[in-house]
Amino acid sequence: MTDLAKHIVDGAMFGSLYALIALGYTMVYGVLRLINFAHGDVFMVGAYSGLFAAGWLGVDSAPAPWKTAAILIYAMVVCMLLGLVIERVAYRPLRNAPRLTALITAIGVSLLLENGGQLLWSATPRSFPDLIPAGPARPFIVMGCALAMAVGLELFVKRTRTGRAMRAVSQDKDAASLMGIPVDRIISVTFAIGSALAAAAAVLYSSVNPSVNPTMGLLLGLKAFVAAVIGGIGSLPGALMGGLILGLSEELISAYGASSYRDAIAFTLLIVILVFRPSGLLGRGVAEKV
Amino acid sequence: MPVNGRVGALCGVLLLALAGCNKQAGRGGNAATATGDIVVGEYASLSGTKADFGITTTNGVALAADKINAAGGLLGRKIVLKKEDDQGDASQVGTVVTRFVTGDRVDCVIGEVASKLSKRAAPICQKAKTPMITPSSTNPEVTRIGDYIFRACFTDPFQGGVLARFALTTLHAKRAAVLRDVSNDYSVGLADFFVREFKRQGGVITVDKSCSEGDDNFRPQLTAIAASKPDVILAPVYYREIALIARQAKETGVKAPLLGGDGWDSPNVLELAGGALDGCYMSNHYSEAQGGPIIQKFVADYQAKFHTKPNALAALGYDAMNMYAEAVKRAGSADKAKVRDELAATRGFKGVTGTITMDADRNAVKDAVILQAKGGRFVYVATVKPVGGAEPAGK
Repeated sequence: MTDLAKHIVDGAMFGSLYALIALGYTMVYGVLRLINFAHGDVFMVGAYSGLFAAGWLGVDSAPAPWKTAAILIYAMVVCMLLGLVIERVAYRPLRNAPRLTALITAIGVSLLLENGGQLLWSATPRSFPDLIPAGPARPFIVMGCALAMAVGLELFVKRTRTGRAMRAVSQDKDAASLMGIPVDRIISVTFAIGSALAAAAAVLYSSVNPSVNPTMGLLLGLKAFVAAVIGGIGSLPGALMGGLILGLSEELISAYGASSYRDAIAFTLLIVILVFRPSGLLGRGVAEKV
Repeated sequence: MPVNGRVGALCGVLLLALAGCNKQAGRGGNAATATGDIVVGEYASLSGTKADFGITTTNGVALAADKINAAGGLLGRKIVLKKEDDQGDASQVGTVVTRFVTGDRVDCVIGEVASKLSKRAAPICQKAKTPMITPSSTNPEVTRIGDYIFRACFTDPFQGGVLARFALTTLHAKRAAVLRDVSNDYSVGLADFFVREFKRQGGVITVDKSCSEGDDNFRPQLTAIAASKPDVILAPVYYREIALIARQAKETGVKAPLLGGDGWDSPNVLELAGGALDGCYMSNHYSEAQGGPIIQKFVADYQAKFHTKPNALAALGYDAMNMYAEAVKRAGSADKAKVRDELAATRGFKGVTGTITMDADRNAVKDAVILQAKGGRFVYVATVKPVGGAEPAGK
């Protein structure tokens, strides 16, 4: 494999992981118009859950596929519950509060998880088992998992009753409620799914970059948020596209360009896209209701 | 801050009573505490990604203070250690150090490990004319900030030179690649000094790549580095990053050994790297394997108290505290100006990390050791003396 092909494959792999996290941002934004800043820290909890599950199963490197799947599912379930609890405890009481209040609460939840993590698990980085052994197949396995989940989500949203209810809530919460849609339950489902996807991304990401620590969600959360904004926040295919653009540009700049300007270039890209498409590449412009 | 607030208030009242409400009197004279405890403020990153640095350093400082107190204190006065967590964050450093010098009115400040953070604290200590000793910040700029700023370690012009000469003469390397952390003053400085010395002695730098603190994926840079076919790779980053770099280097098919500085030093760096660091070299401040009664005693005391082996940062924290205690003894008081003069006059101080002599720029002049990772631990390879005149002058 030539270097260029390798860079493209690696970039797409990280891009697909950013996309998985970005989906959580975008879904929550879709139904609540809330930037859930705690999402990156849910990702971190997902990584730790995976680490503990691997410990219980006695996994060190290259385990049987069923064990990897078990670890993945365990982390997803833990984060699903965490997402439900966060939504119930932190955001639901503020459902009718000004949007800024919810935003600040999200930052508070993020700090709580980060510092709670340091208290429980110490700030020392820990090594993560190689669930997916290094090799030419790994990027494709990771991408395959990420893509399968993204497609599953898209089908869920488009084809199921709950999915339809989610779309209805995202269009107009009050009207949806008047039509008999249990808005609170739909919002809970949205958080649960978003958090589970973050956990899946965390387990995959950590087995590629095997170092977990309680503040790891900060930077990744930010990147995924940028990916969601590039693609158009609120749009599921947009999140996927944004993730891929970010992952590929990061990889290629690090490899060929000036690696010290990587983040600068990535964020310049964001600004340029937002200048020409203020609601992101695939986002729909929303007329402000007066 | 209920406790600190109370102590601060008490100090304030005493100062008002004894020295008048003049700020200057409180700073210089220190009359209020002349008979009370000697207060030392120690700030470090006890949480965050650099927590291993802060925790081990704090342990070393606390061990030294405990031993001094157990032996009757300093000039008959007890040392009280105020510890603060700066979370590895530059803005937190400003807050805690300002509190040390204005609220707690400490007699001395010890910290930080990271040069970037020491540079943030130094102007505050200099302005308050409070001696600050950084145990392990190696960037030359730190002590240039003012004449109250000292360090217990060598500097990066020396460390970079040591690594370059080691690569050239011992490893017979002709071509070196560099992977530096551009968000980190320490890393950039060390890389610069290495590159200068390596080139001066006829070596070639194949590529000079960058990363940032907090990065997880170094494969793009490593692929480019591997393609440039270097004999050694200099990666002067911190322990979290080097563990990932080492693992990914193996994966990318990089054969050349990695070379780094004291930033690699953490009790669990080898475990994090999962064996991938085997065969790589780092320069450090001390090695347990050097032996000697001072080192053995320190290692035994440290293990008895904290139940783990100390690293070089713990040893430097220990030395920084003892260096201060020596200066106070020689000065015959904890008066900050007198202690400053005595710290500057430190000659032949026998520390765990070697014999420390302060140069004119308040940097400790002493040996460096080269260690190699082998089978899950760092083994001692060589000691490099500061003399020889081969080290490039600081910029």
